[in-house]
Amino acid sequence: MLDNANDGSNSKSMSIIATKGTLDWAYPPFILGTTAAAMDMEVTMFFTFYGLGLLKKDLNLKMSTLGNPAMEMPMMGKHMAMPNIIGGLPGVDKGVTAMMKNMMAKKGVASIEDLREAAVESDVRLIACQMTLDLFEIKDTDLIDGVELGGAATAIEVAGLADINYFM
Amino acid sequence: MADQTLDAKGLNCPLPIIKAKKALKGMSPGETLAIESTDPGSVADFAAFCRQTGNELTSSEQSGDIYNFEIKKS
Repeated sequence: MLDNANDGSNSKSMSIIATKGTLDWAYPPFILGTTAAAMDMEVTMFFTFYGLGLLKKDLNLKMSTLGNPAMEMPMMGKHMAMPNIIGGLPGVDKGVTAMMKNMMAKKGVASIEDLREAAVESDVRLIACQMTLDLFEIKDTDLIDGVELGGAATAIEVAGLADINYFM
Repeated sequence: MADQTLDAKGLNCPLPIIKAKKALKGMSPGETLAIESTDPGSVADFAAFCRQTGNELTSSEQSGDIYNFEIKKS
């Protein structure tokens, strides 16, 4: 993996800590990670807490409008935010998730599944937080192949060597 | 004529870059890749991509809603 750093003309490295597991927040780490890899950077992504779910074989990402007044969906030429009291009703999260996925497909935004596959294909190093596996009782066999296990020291070692560090 | 072409129309960030990288990977140094995109963000992004990777952006033009790029593999 480290050899990748030496085959480009101006190789840099990036480390990303992904802590969030909702459909919307799955995007920033995977977009930046795959793009950096496409730009010949050596990329390591460390998945912890809710971010760990992004490594599950079976991805069923959801999102919620709850607690997010900044989320305004385009609707009939306007933008609408959903009041929390409505966002909390049964089925609303499911509807909002479906709406977001439709909107993304329509606008040519990649699915998280596709971006994750691109990350694997471009040799992005994927590290699952061992403590999170223990805490939430997730088995490493639930995760996609090629994932390494590690802890804080692993993440910090990678970050110390990286030119660019993101926490998301 | 470019050695290879990539139709990235309708794709949004970062797919044009990722698909371009994939295409370049299978090409030889000196060969050219022509890319068609509809993503306005790809104008800045292909320039940045080429600066970072050392590939040469030999052309970047807009015609209507289509952005045309040509990259020469380093």
